[in-house]
Amino acid sequence: MTEMTFQMPDLPKGLAKRHKAEKRFRLMALASVLLGLIFLAVLFINVLTSGADAIRQSKVRLDINLQINDFGGSKGPDIQQLKNANYQGIIKRTIYKNFPEVKSRRDKRGLYRLVSSGAAYELREFVLDDPSKIGTSISIWLPASDDVDMIMKGKVSRTASSDVRRLSDQQMEWLEKLEAEGNLETKFNWTLFSSGDSREPELAGVAAAMVGSLYSIIVCLIISFPLGVMAALYLESFAPKNRFTSFIEVNINNLAAVPSIVFGLLGLAVFLNFFELPRSAPLVGGMVLSLMTMPTIIIAGRVAIQGVPPSIKEAALAEGASPVQAVFHHVLPLAMPGVLTGTIIGTARALGETAPLLMIGMVAFVVDVPKSILDPATALPVQVYLWSDMPEKGFAERTSAAILVLLAFVGLMNLTAVLLRKKFEIRW
Amino acid sequence: MFKKSLFFAVALVSMTGVAEARDQIKIVGSSTVYPFSTVVAEQFGKTTSFKTPVVESTGSGGGLKLFCAGIGVKHPDITNASRRIKKKEVERCEKNGITDIVEVKVGYDGIVVANSKKSEMFKLTRKDLFLALAKDIPAGEGKLQPNPHKTWKDVNSSLPAVKIEVLGPPPTSGTRDAFAELALEGGCKKFKWIKAMKKGDKALGIKKDKKAYKRLCHTVREDGAYIEAGENDNMIISKLEANPKALGIFGYSFLDQNADKVQGSTIGGNAPTFENIADGSYPVSRPLYFYVKKAHIGVIPGIEEYMQEFAAEKTSGPDGYLGDKGLISMGDVERARRKEIVMNLGNLKLN
Repeated sequence: MTEMTFQMPDLPKGLAKRHKAEKRFRLMALASVLLGLIFLAVLFINVLTSGADAIRQSKVRLDINLQINDFGGSKGPDIQQLKNANYQGIIKRTIYKNFPEVKSRRDKRGLYRLVSSGAAYELREFVLDDPSKIGTSISIWLPASDDVDMIMKGKVSRTASSDVRRLSDQQMEWLEKLEAEGNLETKFNWTLFSSGDSREPELAGVAAAMVGSLYSIIVCLIISFPLGVMAALYLESFAPKNRFTSFIEVNINNLAAVPSIVFGLLGLAVFLNFFELPRSAPLVGGMVLSLMTMPTIIIAGRVAIQGVPPSIKEAALAEGASPVQAVFHHVLPLAMPGVLTGTIIGTARALGETAPLLMIGMVAFVVDVPKSILDPATALPVQVYLWSDMPEKGFAERTSAAILVLLAFVGLMNLTAVLLRKKFEIRW
Repeated sequence: MFKKSLFFAVALVSMTGVAEARDQIKIVGSSTVYPFSTVVAEQFGKTTSFKTPVVESTGSGGGLKLFCAGIGVKHPDITNASRRIKKKEVERCEKNGITDIVEVKVGYDGIVVANSKKSEMFKLTRKDLFLALAKDIPAGEGKLQPNPHKTWKDVNSSLPAVKIEVLGPPPTSGTRDAFAELALEGGCKKFKWIKAMKKGDKALGIKKDKKAYKRLCHTVREDGAYIEAGENDNMIISKLEANPKALGIFGYSFLDQNADKVQGSTIGGNAPTFENIADGSYPVSRPLYFYVKKAHIGVIPGIEEYMQEFAAEKTSGPDGYLGDKGLISMGDVERARRKEIVMNLGNLKLN
């Protein structure tokens, strides 16, 4: 008591200083959180604003007369005739009819350039889907070329010089006429989600990349989840504590920090060159990614298993369960939320990885949506990377759109992780 | 644990089966040819009954390495290159049993030196570029000094007094190699005594020293005037927009698509336009190629048809669809020669 009164005079001064330090620290912490949030917001808004435009695509409405003659004349054309019909010719004929004043070959070509080169293939798809339309007139919206699209979206000024616009004054006139007649509009861009890569921005989509990513992640999970969980269980519950196991432990921790490109090199050397698995296949992509996620799963799994109170296992053992039964019936189910969270976070990281895929040939131009894990495929982050390096302006917005799709994927996975933890988490 | 994972790996591999027959063309190679090659691949896939070829962007050197690794379905059928195949690479191919290669020239690609439209256009010569960007520059006959130039005015008094700042591709890029060879060496050769080093000149008393010649002409300065801006040309363009004082080096197709943001400098009085590059008056342009493994023709379906699609007039002729993508087509004589090669599958001859 006496000692305290002796110290009293000093205390207020020190206390004020400590309070100040406390306040300063809190402010700094808050500022760093806010700064982080601002960075995130700027990034997100930037991607969102530039990606939002890719959701819409300029389309031209054409009233096409599908004459029976176009498909070989007979009433019931065979599939080959349907496939090989001159759809480009049909579209040209229709456009030229709308602009009867266009006569010269050169002008006609300029006019046809307003429509995407992919329009003919869309018309083909339409006819193949429903051959009964042959012989009738249809009204169909077909994609406009990317130069038109950029003008329609205001990415390129209408009054810019023709060099900059990449459209001549005459083409602008036609464009404005089409627009005034209500035959040129921006519509929802389904193509972005339904088709594979293309060199024409208006025809490019993320479907092939999305499916490729999905296959890779499934393969990755099938391999890394059981292996990772078993390894975690073994190291935590069964492994004797000796030099060998601690050596393994150190290595697993190191493995989690290895740059991902190294796993790509490993994949190239082992999976492609030694096992001769096909290049560019999601199977190999998934295998390489599983090497990457496995250490994460093992580490997260071990932490989760450590979190289960030893009394549970001991009680099971006391009741006569074998060690394996005790672990599989009691410890693992209780540790599962933590294990799953670790797995999902590890997989979400793998989802955003391009470097290892570069080495095994998944950084490629793939048009066809892969049908199996052996078909050539790319992944979403690869698609972002490839599109960002394309000269056409239309790809800039599509790059952002692909980033948004990737972010949505990753966000969904993280949300699952949070929900799983919320639902199954047990507090001791 | 180890046993288990090994067992798992083996089971997985045996389950999937070892590389099976392939019915899809595989193309690797140059990132400069990639934008053209993919257009053709897409057209080919849409207009024929064959599958769309898979095109990988690995760089010219990387592509040729994969290409020359051997014959068989697991090796690529075609490789793109933004330079000609080297003798060393042909030998490597031969060692792996690839003796018959068909070389198809695609067309030309111009390399432009551009700046933001907000600034004045530069009128450069190859000598200016060499004096501005080389690591060492001549200081009198036979002597060298580290590049002292800080502004373009130091290089050539007719140029503006703007700090030398050039954004360009890194050394791993084929564009950088081509730029060094065509622009820097082109300017370097203007010095008689340097040019003499290449072949040796008795009259001038200069010994042949090809290595020193190449080192002198191709080495880019490292004091910050040349900024390596990565392989992404779009990034260089947006950096030029942000910094109107800087110049950037990239392919013609990017200038073509971004004419609202950047302008190409004239080199030796010639602007980088489609016409000037096509007729060769714009000096910094290079040929693009692709190489086909003859042993795969007939094994992998569609290779010959792909070659024909690429060489067709509607593709890489003067008004072909690759022209819209920025490829500079070849002259009539060269195109006729290419047609013959594609028809007869003539073997590559390096002279």
